[in-house]
Amino acid sequence: MVFLNDPVHFVAGWANGLLNGWGLTANLATIIIYLVGITLLIVFAMVLDIMLVWVERKVVARFQDRLGPNRVGPFGLIQPFADIIKMVIKEDITPAGADRIVYNIAPVLAATSVIILWAILPLASTIYGVDLNVGLLYIVAAGSLGTLSIIMAGWSSNNKYALLGAFRMVANMISYEIPMVIILLVPTILADTMSIKGITQAQSGMWFAILSPLAFIIFLISAIAELGRSPFDLNEAESEIVSGFNVEYSGMKFGWFYAGELLHAFTFGGFMAVLFFGGYGGFFGLEKIAFFSWLNNPFAQAVVFIAKAMFGYWVIMWIKYSMPRIRIDHMLAFNWKFMTPLALVVLVNTAILSKILPPPPSWGYTLGMLFSNIIIGFITIEILRAYGRRKRKDETRFTPQVVQD
Amino acid sequence: MTVERIIFIAAGVLILGSALMVVTTRKLIQAALWLVSALFGVTILYAMLQANFLAVVQVVVYIGAIAVLFIFAVMLTRKEMRDNSTQTRSNWWFSALLGGLILSGLVFMILGEPQFSRLAESIPPGLDTLRNLGTALVSPGAYVLPFEVSSILLLGALIGAVYIASRKEEDK
Repeated sequence: MVFLNDPVHFVAGWANGLLNGWGLTANLATIIIYLVGITLLIVFAMVLDIMLVWVERKVVARFQDRLGPNRVGPFGLIQPFADIIKMVIKEDITPAGADRIVYNIAPVLAATSVIILWAILPLASTIYGVDLNVGLLYIVAAGSLGTLSIIMAGWSSNNKYALLGAFRMVANMISYEIPMVIILLVPTILADTMSIKGITQAQSGMWFAILSPLAFIIFLISAIAELGRSPFDLNEAESEIVSGFNVEYSGMKFGWFYAGELLHAFTFGGFMAVLFFGGYGGFFGLEKIAFFSWLNNPFAQAVVFIAKAMFGYWVIMWIKYSMPRIRIDHMLAFNWKFMTPLALVVLVNTAILSKILPPPPSWGYTLGMLFSNIIIGFITIEILRAYGRRKRKDETRFTPQVVQD
Repeated sequence: MTVERIIFIAAGVLILGSALMVVTTRKLIQAALWLVSALFGVTILYAMLQANFLAVVQVVVYIGAIAVLFIFAVMLTRKEMRDNSTQTRSNWWFSALLGGLILSGLVFMILGEPQFSRLAESIPPGLDTLRNLGTALVSPGAYVLPFEVSSILLLGALIGAVYIASRKEEDK
């Protein structure tokens, strides 16, 4: 039953033996096995991506009270393949005056910045690419490559709308990276490590979403902003700048941006699951009972992880398809005047409480963390309410006047 | 030739080639993108030395923040994206001579170093480099003073930026 408990190492060991049998040196065999492993991981992610097209279209249809694709295959399941064939056979257009090399590299970099995230995403306790001790910073680094790809696309297209989209994206990303980085420190403090696997294991007793719900909400909002999805889709803004940075891209080059965006959303659903919902584990000690011991199996863990990631993805879609686009000054004010201070307060609160409260597996720790978050949330809502009341009073005072711009 | 050496040479070629393109290319944005490429090559070197934290921070700070802001500033401020003037001055030979002298001095020094061709040692398992780095940054015996001084510098820059940005509002 070695295969069932540790499939990756079992297959790698078998392939190593096979390649050594063919007379390859140990060094070369290792390189080949790693390359094959990387390729398989990317293929898995991309095949999942194809299915995400279907999921996205079906879910958006439900939110808008439609049926979604339902003609091609059962439940429209073959629709994404039809989409891809259409994309591939479309004409590939490069606008005149475009910077050819940069223009062609940008979609590749956009997809790469998402796929490299899968290197650290643990599907199960024994199925993962690499367990970096700086895993959380790696997420931020991959995000900055994504920003770079959008700037490259926007600038090299030689199109004003594309450039505007790139400008907006930079303003968006540079702002929302700050609450994101601050709030990533909360799981770091709670788990006492930056490694993604360590954070997952630290949640086997209690999810961090329960210990610090505010951190989860801030992470969700800044993740959506980082993804550039509605309500933060200013970089695309179909109604203002006709799709923004990718307006000049056609065929499969556009397809890479689109596929990258979908996979990015799902990947952030996965990170939400890992950082706040226990990832592949987090059964509150259920897996220690003999009856539920199958939960320790890597395949069961992978299914649990994918289900949690899908839930995170669904929440992102839910917000995307029910919120209107936010105005750019509102977006910046929301980030700098609300998200960043709140993230700092949550971080300081978590840091102090983690030293004061009794050590983790205890009710005092859980309840202390949870109640401190509820109190901070309550105070925040009260401040916002007072602010809104003051704003409304100001507005009513000025209503009789003619508004002059 | 080990794998490490092949990767090292590839990274070196990437860094030096990109650095050369930064100064020779005429399109400003392309120069900035070549700079990103050179900085990314440095990341590969850090990763090879198993300095995970430095490698990731290199990407976050230099590619994610500085290079992006650089490109942003170039796009916003320059009307002409191409630099058509001559790229050398009349006394370029003096700089070339100076550069050559410094390079040969450095090469001479490095070749004299007995550990020149040594490979990076692998970090013993169980050693948490990140935790050691964090402790060193705040322990009085190590780097707490430079750390605090640099944070005061950053705070000063922050206040200065806020001051410059808010003064324009009052002028209106």
